Order: sequence, then C-alpha cells, then structure tokens
Amino acid sequence: MKKVFHVMYDDDDKLLVAARELVGKGIHVNEVFSPFPIHGIDPIIGIKRTRLAITSFMYAMTGLSLAVFFMWYTMISDWPMNIGGKPNFSLLENLPSFIPVSFEFSVFCAAHGMVITYLLRNRTLPGMPATNPDPRTTDDKFVMEITTDTNAMSAEDLESAIKNTGLLELSIKDFK
Amino acid sequence: MEFKFEGRAKLITQVLMAVGLIALVGGYLTDHSDHHQRWWANLLVNGFFYFSISLAALFFYALQYATESAWSVVIKRFLEAMFGYLPYGAAVMVIVLLAGQFDMHHLYHWMDHTLYHEFMTVDGSTFMDEEVAGSVINPNYDHIIAEKSGYFASWFFWLRTIIYLGTFLGFAILFRKWSLQEDAEANLDLHYKVFRRSALFLVFFAVFSSTLSWDWLMSIDPHWFSTLYGWYLFSGMWVGMIIFTHVSILWLRTKGYFAEITDSHMHDLGKWMFAISMLWSYLFFSQFMLIWYTNIPEEVTYYVSRIFTDYKVPFLMMFLVNFVVPFLVLISRDAKRNPNFLIPVAFIIFAGHFADVYLLVIPGTMFNHNVFGLFEVGLFLGFLGLFINRTLTTLAKAPLIARNHPMLQESKDLHY
Repeated sequence: MKKVFHVMYDDDDKLLVAARELVGKGIHVNEVFSPFPIHGIDPIIGIKRTRLAITSFMYAMTGLSLAVFFMWYTMISDWPMNIGGKPNFSLLENLPSFIPVSFEFSVFCAAHGMVITYLLRNRTLPGMPATNPDPRTTDDKFVMEITTDTNAMSAEDLESAIKNTGLLELSIKDFK
Repeated sequence: MEFKFEGRAKLITQVLMAVGLIALVGGYLTDHSDHHQRWWANLLVNGFFYFSISLAALFFYALQYATESAWSVVIKRFLEAMFGYLPYGAAVMVIVLLAGQFDMHHLYHWMDHTLYHEFMTVDGSTFMDEEVAGSVINPNYDHIIAEKSGYFASWFFWLRTIIYLGTFLGFAILFRKWSLQEDAEANLDLHYKVFRRSALFLVFFAVFSSTLSWDWLMSIDPHWFSTLYGWYLFSGMWVGMIIFTHVSILWLRTKGYFAEITDSHMHDLGKWMFAISMLWSYLFFSQFMLIWYTNIPEEVTYYVSRIFTDYKVPFLMMFLVNFVVPFLVLISRDAKRNPNFLIPVAFIIFAGHFADVYLLVIPGTMFNHNVFGLFEVGLFLGFLGLFINRTLTTLAKAPLIARNHPMLQESKDLHY
C-alpha cells in the first residue's frame, strides 16, 4: 500500500532543520506547504529554479510589440495625427513620444501575464479547489509532504525517521 | 584581515598617476585654446566625475545605515575607503572654481561680471543699471543671466560651495571615526547614532546633490535650466560608484581578501548596477523627452548644442550604450553572478558614464572647437590612478570587516 506522510511543524526553522536532516538520510521531500515563502528551502528539497522570469520577458516583449504596432497603426498609418507639430509620417522620428506608452504597456503585460501564469501553474486561480492538505497551512503551520512511491524506503523506516524530527503532528494516509 | 596596498597594484596606480601628471603638464603646454579652455574643461570633467563617485559612496553608505540594511555590512569598509578620495576631489573642484572666479578660464560664462548691468561708461570701467549722462549701452549685457544675479552672486555661490564641501567632508570624517570607534568597542548606542546621523545626511544630500549640480555643471549653459538635472547627475554618480565597487571587490576577492563577501553579495551589487543603470536611463529619457516634445526655444538649446552639432554621435551613442548594454546583458540572474559577463559591461558603462559627464561639460565650454586627444585619455587615466590609489590606501588603514557591527552575522549569512 502506498502511503503519504503529512508532517506538520509550528515553526519554519524547525521545518528547515527537519528537511535538511531527512534529505541528508536520502529521503525525498515531495512538497512543502507554508503560509509564506520559506527562505532557503528550495535547494534543500531540490526544487528547480522558476522559469517565471523568462515568461515575464516574453510577456513584456509581446506587450511592447502590441503597443508599438497599435500606435503605428492608429497614429502613423491609418490616420496620421499631427500633435504639436511632431513628425507624423514616420514611426522612428516620432519614437520618443511613443516610448512612455510602450514602456507602460510592456510592464502591464509582463505583470498581468506573470500573475496569471503563476496562478495557473500553481492551480490557485480564484475558485479552484485547494490542494494543501490542511487548512492550517494558510495560517501559522507548516506541512511537509513525503510519499512512499518517491522513496525507496519502506513506510515503517520513513515513519521512524520522520518521528525523530521536531514535529507537531503526523498524519499518514493511504494513497492511490 | 587587513588589506596591504603594495607591489604591482600600487605600482600600476602610481604609473597611472604619472601618466596623468604628464598629461596635465603636456596638456597645458600644448593647449593653445583661449585661456587654456580645453585644459580647464577637462580638469572640471575629471574633477567632477571622480569627486561624484566618492560622493555617491558617502550617499550609499548613509543609505545603508538609514535603511538598516544588513547585506551591505561586509562591503561597508570598501565604501569608507572611497571617502579617502573625497578631499582630493573637493580640492580639484575648488581649484577649477577659483580659477574661474579669477578669470583664468571661461567655463562659467556667468562669472563674467560685465554681463549684469545694462549701461556702462564709455571706457567700460564702471557699470550701472540706470542710464545716466555719459553712459552707453553695455554690449555684453545679458538680461537672462542678469535676472539670475541674485543666485549667481559670488558670495552666495562660494557660500554654497563651502557648505556643500564642508558638509560632505564633515560627514565623511565622522562616519569613518564612528566606524573605527565601533571596531574598538561594540556599542549599540553608537550604531543608532550613526543611523540617525545618516538619515540627517540624506536630508542634506537630497538638497545639495541637486543644487551642486546646478551650480557646478548646469550653470555652464546659463540660459538653460532643467529641474531634473540634479537627479540625473545623481543617478549617474551612483552607477559609477557601484561599478567601481563591484569591479574592485571582484579583484580583491581574487587576491584572497574579503572572504566573507560571497557570490550573493556580488549578485546584489550586480542588481544595483542593473537597477541604477535603468534609473539613469529613465531620468535621461524623461529630461530629453519632455524638452523634445514641448520644443520651447529656451529649453531646447541644451539638446540643440548636443544633437545638431559634432557631438551628435557621441551623445546618442553614450545614451544607447549606457542603457542597452546593461539592460540586455545584466537582465539575467546568471549574468549578474558571472564576472565574465559583468566585468566587460562594467568597463563599458564606466567609460559610458565618463562620456556622460564629458558631454555635460564640453559642448557648453568648447562649442565646435573641441579636440579629443591623448591629453583627455591621459587625464582620465591619471585621475583613475589617483582615485584607486587613495581608495586602496584608505582601505589598508582599517580591518576589512567591521567586526562589531550589530548586523555583521546577518550580512555574512546572506544568500540569493
């Protein structure tokens, strides 16, 4: 029978120490649920660096192209607008006046794109079912998830190793 | 661990200083422009550029204290080391300004006392504001500058200059003194005292960094004004300081010093380099765009004399390089942590920010007679040598880590 261990701690430092100890024994920690980011947990439990920054760059480039295209079409191509006698038949010569809007729209797209990507990737869009094992992890508790199917150890060995850390509660469930 | 300033590093700075001295003498002898204008203009460029870097170090030091930043505690002694150049930079500025006051050069047109009165006697010996019997119209009269006579009055100008330099030097001496005092004895009250004084310094700096750039550089084009000028210069000096700090600490680490400074600290400095480069570009563009867009004659003169003259290529190149190079190269996290990317960028934008100060001064003083030759390069290298020499000499005078700083452990533990 596959089992899942949810180990609860009441302090992020205790969890950090426990995670380091368990990983040192060759145990793989699947996931950590915490009300806030725990500084330095990622390299311990072996989480890869986020690629959100790359998407941010891509969204910004998309925003930049859209803004420049829109301004070129409306202000230069379709109906050249003479504002303050600025050159209105050339995108390049009139570029300084388009920079603020391009900048703002790049930032807008990057920010919104990142937020939506983040929520989608974490499956935490508003209304989505919660995936954390215990509602207290949104308050002041910290839970570490360890499963038998990602570890070579038996459930008993895992349990005895986990019991030696400074935990608050341990819940063991069957896992399909 | 104490830093020892000796051997090849010291020799190189001394060679650079010798090159600077040769450039200084040779430049004076071969400069045939009126009043040695080119020589003085370049002295002002270099004097201000390096003075502003050590001034930015003072600002950054105060900023770290006022914001109670922990990460920067391990680089604190390097910032203090840069205060070591401050008196030298101040001296060069005073020499240039004094020489202007005594009509030895004509960098500051407003220092010409004949501009301020509408009438004069026929022989030009006396000037007057009202027309009287026997007076003629003063051909030099400049009503725009004359209306600024209150601000440009010699006594007021010198009072301001003395207050700026006095404040900066005073705070530099005190910060250094308190820092060494803390080394001798751990004292939390002293730490909070530095915290409060730093906040006070930032108040002075906020005003003085703007007004000193109006007084010393913006007044070169006395018909023109920009309220953003002070910020623009301030961001420029900040970048220069961060670049110098970053490259120097990388070098010191290869020599085995500053073992406490990790890649994470260097990453933070890299972030500063990236961020302040963007701040500088933002302010450059904000100043340019509004003036370009409104197109008011009294405002556009500054850009007309830079974009519709021989300075067009260097001026636009300077902006593009200082913006595009750090933006494209330093945007990624790995590049900020990799000296192979950072050092070339640092060298390019250090030169770029020197070009920035050069183009603040030269178009308004040399107009279309400018020459860029060995003298300019030699003087730049000479001042660089002096700056490094003073910085490292000061660095060698105290332990590299402020061992009793209350946030030292936090700083050592920094990661990311």
